Amino acid sequence: MSVAAHLPALQVALPLIAAPLCSLLRRPGVAWGFATLVSWVVLVIAALLLAQVLSEGTLIYEMGGWAAPWGIIYEVDTINAFMLLIVAAIGAIVTPYARHTVTAEVPAEQHNLFYAAWLLCLTGLLGIAITGDAFNVFVFLEISSLSSYVLIAASNDRRALTAAYQYLVLGTIGATFYLIGVGLIYMMTGTLNISDMAERLPDVANTRPIRAAAGFITVGIALKFALFPLHLWLPNAYTYAPSAVSAFLAATATKVSIYVLLRFEFVVFGVDIGIANFHFSEFLMPLCVLAFLAGSTVAIFQNDVKRLLAYSSVAQIGYMVLGVSFYSLDGMTAGIVHLFNHAMIKSALFMVMGCIMLRVGSVQIKDLHGIGRHMPWTMFAFVLGGLSLIGVPLTVGFISKWYLILGALEEGGYGFAIAAAVLISSLLSVIYIWRVVEVAYFKPSPHGAAEITEAPLGMLIPTWLLIGANIYFGVQTDLTVGVARQAAALLLGIDL
Amino acid sequence: MELLGQFNYWVFIVLMMTGFYVVIARGNLVKKIVGLNIFQASVFLFYISMGKIFGGTAPILIEGADDTVIYSNPLPHVLILTAIVVGVATTAVGLSLVVRINEAYGTVEEDEIQQLDEET
Amino acid sequence: MSPEDQILWAVALPLIGAVGIVLAAKQPNLREAVTLVTASLLFVDVWTLAPSVLAGARPAVDAFEVIPGASLNFVVEPLGMTFACVASLLWIVNSVYSIGYMRGNKEHKQTRFYVCFAIALASTMGVAFAGNLITLFIFYEALTLCTYPLVTHKGTEDAMQSGRTYLGILISTSIGLQLLAIIWTWNATGNMAFVAGGFLAGNIEGPEVGLLLFLYMFGIGKAALMPIHRWLPAAMVAPTPVSALLHAVAVVKAGVFSVVKVIVYVFGVDYLAGEPSGQWLLYVAGFTIIVASVIALRQDNLKRRLAYSTVSQLSYVVLAAAILSPLSVIGAALHIAAHAFGKITLFFAAGSIYTAAHKDRISQLDGIGRRMPWTMGAFAVGAVSMIGLPPTAGFLSKWYMLLGALETQQMVAVGVIVASTLLNAAYFLPIVYQAFFKTEATDGNPGTEHGEAPWPIVVALCSTATLTVLLFLFPGPALELARQLAGG
Repeated sequence: MSVAAHLPALQVALPLIAAPLCSLLRRPGVAWGFATLVSWVVLVIAALLLAQVLSEGTLIYEMGGWAAPWGIIYEVDTINAFMLLIVAAIGAIVTPYARHTVTAEVPAEQHNLFYAAWLLCLTGLLGIAITGDAFNVFVFLEISSLSSYVLIAASNDRRALTAAYQYLVLGTIGATFYLIGVGLIYMMTGTLNISDMAERLPDVANTRPIRAAAGFITVGIALKFALFPLHLWLPNAYTYAPSAVSAFLAATATKVSIYVLLRFEFVVFGVDIGIANFHFSEFLMPLCVLAFLAGSTVAIFQNDVKRLLAYSSVAQIGYMVLGVSFYSLDGMTAGIVHLFNHAMIKSALFMVMGCIMLRVGSVQIKDLHGIGRHMPWTMFAFVLGGLSLIGVPLTVGFISKWYLILGALEEGGYGFAIAAAVLISSLLSVIYIWRVVEVAYFKPSPHGAAEITEAPLGMLIPTWLLIGANIYFGVQTDLTVGVARQAAALLLGIDL
Repeated sequence: MELLGQFNYWVFIVLMMTGFYVVIARGNLVKKIVGLNIFQASVFLFYISMGKIFGGTAPILIEGADDTVIYSNPLPHVLILTAIVVGVATTAVGLSLVVRINEAYGTVEEDEIQQLDEET
Repeated sequence: MSPEDQILWAVALPLIGAVGIVLAAKQPNLREAVTLVTASLLFVDVWTLAPSVLAGARPAVDAFEVIPGASLNFVVEPLGMTFACVASLLWIVNSVYSIGYMRGNKEHKQTRFYVCFAIALASTMGVAFAGNLITLFIFYEALTLCTYPLVTHKGTEDAMQSGRTYLGILISTSIGLQLLAIIWTWNATGNMAFVAGGFLAGNIEGPEVGLLLFLYMFGIGKAALMPIHRWLPAAMVAPTPVSALLHAVAVVKAGVFSVVKVIVYVFGVDYLAGEPSGQWLLYVAGFTIIVASVIALRQDNLKRRLAYSTVSQLSYVVLAAAILSPLSVIGAALHIAAHAFGKITLFFAAGSIYTAAHKDRISQLDGIGRRMPWTMGAFAVGAVSMIGLPPTAGFLSKWYMLLGALETQQMVAVGVIVASTLLNAAYFLPIVYQAFFKTEATDGNPGTEHGEAPWPIVVALCSTATLTVLLFLFPGPALELARQLAGG
């Protein structure tokens, strides 16, 4: 068999093997270089996989040659190829960026371990996206979570420790809930293979264990992707984590969890979820609306820009799940495309914060007076990223909003109110982005700020790459919207 | 009878809720980790007991035995081996975080840490 | 150069100019030269498009897809042509004026000022030539964003506060209401391109028409319908050239221009006339005209009085469009041009007084006409045009509005126009009277010794006053463009 046939295995195995190797590389620069190289190879593999899936359809890879349902299979279809691409792309951009901030924020003797944990986190996230086995999802979920606790705690701010601890407790509860849910399904269907489960579930759909399983899995996963009001771990974790970690996790961790939710809701439990006419949307939708209204409102009152962005993430997660909860093609497209778009937006914004953290040593709004003159490129990146977050035309944020509102309007009656709520939330995001922009550009810089200089190129280039992607995919939507639409059709069982 | 017949699930639920309660109610970070452990252990028991079949023997293939032998399902046991490893890793990371927190704050009580954070 | 290229150049030229201004930041003379050259090139570019449009051509160009199914699309139609011609012509005049004003008042950060101005003009061209709703929306937003630094130019706390009001109202209405209206339109019809006669007929019916109209009219915050007019007086903290070109011409006209476009090309005049749920607009516009005039009457700050006068005059355009007769639509299109010439003259005069005499209150203007005859003469011409008397352009547009209102038996509209004309006279004529016929209160203040403002300012305001009269004397091309708009 050629290498191409083993791509699904390599996608996960490569970073998994690279991680312990990386921990052996004592010199900080070398460890970073190695991690960067791996992240790029991972991106190439992800791109090849997506191309393969788009041309040949779903790929099935049997781990170790054991056939499903006994062996673990990797099943790559449009949606998880898309997820792999998101994770790998963000990884490939943030890893090179990490060098300067990690040097500044993590002690040099820990760099090898930091990058090892970084690669493990990448492994876990890729694994969740690629595997076709429900229990395997749990294992990868824990690999990514455990390494992200470590990454968050690597910061030199002691509050990062408590943030990581808080995340560990809630994350473990979430993962365990998921495990209980999978156990219950296994009990009733006798399989762990996701496609198999989907086939066997209709026979036992209307039983209490399955209903309980649906509840446990939804709540457990919702805890992982921080759906309001289960978001409590997120603001602290993103605020105090090292800048590069915030940029990486904000773009990937929650997105991958949402993907797991999509898999279970639509593939396993099925669109109609024959469980006593119980629809997830009925309780997800109001939570999403609350998520983006509350998240945006709270964000306005934050004085720490990273925390502000974290609350904005809570709001944006609301948008993604809202799109999904419409159960319509446009809504689902909006949700999936926003997974991708928000990854680019939020990652870019957190990267800007990393640049500022490096040069100013703080991301408090009061310390950013007049920063626009000292760091013109960095702040201009923030302005563009902010516009994208708000959803101004020609940026990816607009594309997401557009489909989301279309999806809402298709719902008729109450959809109109939801569309209005989405727009209100956009306005709130104008306020919180503008607070930062106003201070950075229109306030005089304090004395002693003269020595603040532009961020190093090693950070600016990755940041601007993502900002460029924000604009490019805001205009050229064939790839993002096209793939998202296919994925949505797949999940909803519609033939396009 | 039906209630008692499924006593393994009762044990699972009682343990789970005990662990959950400890996680929420205790302010000591170490005790929280212990609670988390109990919580996870309950799920292990749930998996293991679900693989049990009445009258089934241990799932070891015996040469020459006839086809009527009933085996318990080994798969949940294997799964739980993995889950235990994950649980141990979680505990390790959690406890090492607590050690670091103790170094940084000089306490492992949640409310005292909160107070220290508010002061700065 | 083909007309299609000319359209793209109209948007690109000011942007290129903006880059040039940045590059020439160190040499003020060169920087101002760049502005003037860019403005002149834009003028030539836009005005050479006009003959073919007058002859009935509708050049169009597609840039790229913004969302699947809708492109960034430019189409030159009569109304946009009028708007672009007015804006590009006045940019030259205003640039001359700006140079005198900014230097005369020794303003800071002049480079940023000229850069934002150029970008604002690019956005204005984009608005004028927008071929569909999404293109209009994009340039409309760009115009809001790039004028914000101009409004807050002074950098004082007061200016920042006004800037927040400005941005807050304009952005929240456009994203909150206008975008929703656009998506609704797209959802209901699958179309976004402006079509003569509108394209909503048969897709949206009954009370929903009124609701959609509400979303559009209040979503276009730049048209300053009450109660979302407050950004306009707030924007008066900006330097006078900004108030003159942007808040008398480009920005506010982009608002009423969008209103007319939506009514004529999205709803369609005939369709809207047949929908009772859309009739409220007439009353809101009438209310705004009267109330804004009354408020203007009570302002002592000259620029604020002019600002409220603008609010009131903008609603003339909305009112004219809402009368929904072809004649009144001609009036609306003419008023966009007529008010632009008149109001920019008035603002120029206000800035001229501020530069020469450092006065910004009406009560201080006694006898100033003898010291500044050119300025106050031009002011008088502008005021006459606002009131709507011959021989100024304001008379023409009001005449067509009245004809349209009488034709459709809209007696409310007739009443509003007559009453507001009296109010206009009441708040403008006393200023002219004061300036020429009252004696100056010297009370030994040495600061009152002054003559005319610097020559660039005087040249600029005299030329706009002349334009106001010229448009009355030679209305031919403008009228023809307006007829084409109304004729469909």
